[in-house]
Amino acid sequence: MKAQSLPFIRRAASEIFQSLLVSCWFMFLTFPIMVIKVNPLERTIDWQWMRLVWIGLAVFPLSFVWRWLMKRKEHGGGQDGEDSWQKRLGEKIRADRKIYTALLAILAVFVAAFPFMFSSYQTQIMISALMYVMLGLGLNIVVGLAGLLDLGYVAFYAVGAYSYALLNHHFGLGFWPALPLGAGLAAVCGILLGFPVLRLRGDYLAIVTLGFGEIIRLVLENWNAFSFGPSGIAGISRPWFFGADLSLGQHTVFLYFIVLILVGFTILVVNRLRNSRIGRAWIALREDEVACQAMGIDKTRTKLTAFALGATWAGFVGCVFAAKTTFINPASFTFMESAIILSIVVLGGMGSIIGVIVGAMVLILLPEYLRAFSEYRMLVFGASMVLIMVFRPQGIIVGVRQHYRFGRKESTEEQGERDAASA
Amino acid sequence: MLKVKNLHTYYGGIHALKSVSFDLPEGEIVTLIGANGAGKSTALMSISGIVPPRYGEITFLGRPIHQMSPDRIFALGIVQVPEGRRIFPLLTVTENLDMGAYLRNDRKGIAQDIDYIFSLFPRLAERRHQMGGTLSGGEQQMLAISRGLMSRPKLLLLDEPSLGLAPVLVQLIFATIEKINRENKTTIFLVEQNANMALRIAHRGYVMESGVITLEDTAANLLNSEKVKQAYLGL
Ligand SMILES: Nc1ncnc2c1ncn2[C@@H]1O[C@H](COP(=O)(O)OP(=O)(O)O)[C@@H](O)[C@H]1O
Ligand SMILES: [Mg+2]
Repeated sequence: MKAQSLPFIRRAASEIFQSLLVSCWFMFLTFPIMVIKVNPLERTIDWQWMRLVWIGLAVFPLSFVWRWLMKRKEHGGGQDGEDSWQKRLGEKIRADRKIYTALLAILAVFVAAFPFMFSSYQTQIMISALMYVMLGLGLNIVVGLAGLLDLGYVAFYAVGAYSYALLNHHFGLGFWPALPLGAGLAAVCGILLGFPVLRLRGDYLAIVTLGFGEIIRLVLENWNAFSFGPSGIAGISRPWFFGADLSLGQHTVFLYFIVLILVGFTILVVNRLRNSRIGRAWIALREDEVACQAMGIDKTRTKLTAFALGATWAGFVGCVFAAKTTFINPASFTFMESAIILSIVVLGGMGSIIGVIVGAMVLILLPEYLRAFSEYRMLVFGASMVLIMVFRPQGIIVGVRQHYRFGRKESTEEQGERDAASA
Repeated sequence: MLKVKNLHTYYGGIHALKSVSFDLPEGEIVTLIGANGAGKSTALMSISGIVPPRYGEITFLGRPIHQMSPDRIFALGIVQVPEGRRIFPLLTVTENLDMGAYLRNDRKGIAQDIDYIFSLFPRLAERRHQMGGTLSGGEQQMLAISRGLMSRPKLLLLDEPSLGLAPVLVQLIFATIEKINRENKTTIFLVEQNANMALRIAHRGYVMESGVITLEDTAANLLNSEKVKQAYLGL
């Protein structure tokens, strides 16, 4: 009796002790922001000790839940179940043509009807989300497929936006001719930057692209004669629609459909690319450069193609952004933008189109709809990001290509071959 | 076909090839044997341009190639099958083969060559839709050689194809190498630690020690030479 209950009590005690430690630690960490409240008018400090108690009480049970989840994750139970659940659903949908087309049709109708069902404000938010879908898919070519960590992606977005804004301001060029021009200019910038930089690997590439993003922003901020500095460019024309004089609401609906078509086009292109030779060369180059060189693949040119294509898409979206807001300034093109786009790719699942779409929806819509929590929304946002990365490190949707596993069977077989060879 | 003269290759400060010279006559199998770390792989890397030599010259069909980029050397018809197979784990068998035909656009010819390869290695045909990373060691080696064949090379550089394989599979791989040489007139430069097997199928052989060629002769003579017997055949 005693021998049985003793280890249990001991374990429970250690668990409780751990949770106590965690909640003390959290009380200590949040002390400055939660407890000390400075009253600037009376120049006094309110000590809100009750809050500290609440935090302690809330963290204590949560710490049990957290450890339980971590343990489950380590044993692989939850993860596997979830994976097979997702996989089974995916296979079922794909196998059953009827369900597949029905779902697709429902989605198409919903997407097409969206601006008529919801308010102009909701449509605006959805336009932003769709723009980030495009940005995510564009960066996905560079990061997800070619494996080049580009931290300055926003620079190409800025090039697209400023191309349209400046061409419109100086020459009155409309949105439609500016769209390919902006994308082309962004692609040229991509090639110009990529050429010297792409021989760098991993971290070095990340640092240089990060620097490039900042340089573009600083140039835009300080070269007043060219870019009108921090005050930006206002009065950019909205897209031309057969000469019709649209109201603001109608413009929003029109823009929504422009973005929708562009997203469709992007998905089409990325899907084709992924299963094309160059797409496979990107994946292969990411895996093994020497093997690629032995296949006669020109390393620099292949990477440059990925870089330039990614930049092209940023250019497209940049033009759309300028047309949507009709006002741009350098503040829209900070490193934070690059970070959000990269998060979309990583959180959604590298290399997966659906993953990037889901990632963009979550990361762009979540903060919008969390506005109810006002100042805590970024906190919730950050916490969800951490949670997703801890429990689904491959991203929300796992790309099909990454879905193989090295079976144990294979390694023993190889071992056997080696043993036999040395014998 | 390929002439290498006084080649010196470095890895930073490491002098890996010290004035290496050899000749690969058209249509022959030539083998380069030597212990681990002798510089055999470096010799192949220098020919294919992945690790360019610092001094010396390489001519292929009369053209100097030692300053060309790897993709241009590849386009001339020199293909390296690197040590350790290095197939693409995330691509299927067929996709791996298609990567080998990266510079080709004739779909019909590619399909024909894939059929030819599946006749050489029926095991690969069975696994054509399987991911490269899930193949066994022997199958990966078959795939690596096949991928090299996909560009219809004039000169095939094979780096230790027998590495880590069971004797039966080594037999199979070497028989196929001979067959490729016979049927397609492909010149083959075979780098091996398994000197016995390599010398049996080769016409000529070179022995390398610490970045220097120490012996060269016909394969038959090398097989009978006392020095080779002692150092590499374990007799
Ligand atoms: N990437 C590298 N960087 C530095 N040294 C290398 C590298 N590859 C090979 N070496 C060195 O060059 C020499 C020859 O190596 P290698 O050509 O791989 O020999 P082998 O193929 O005959 O086993 C060795 O001393 C090895 O340590
Ligand atoms: Mg070697």
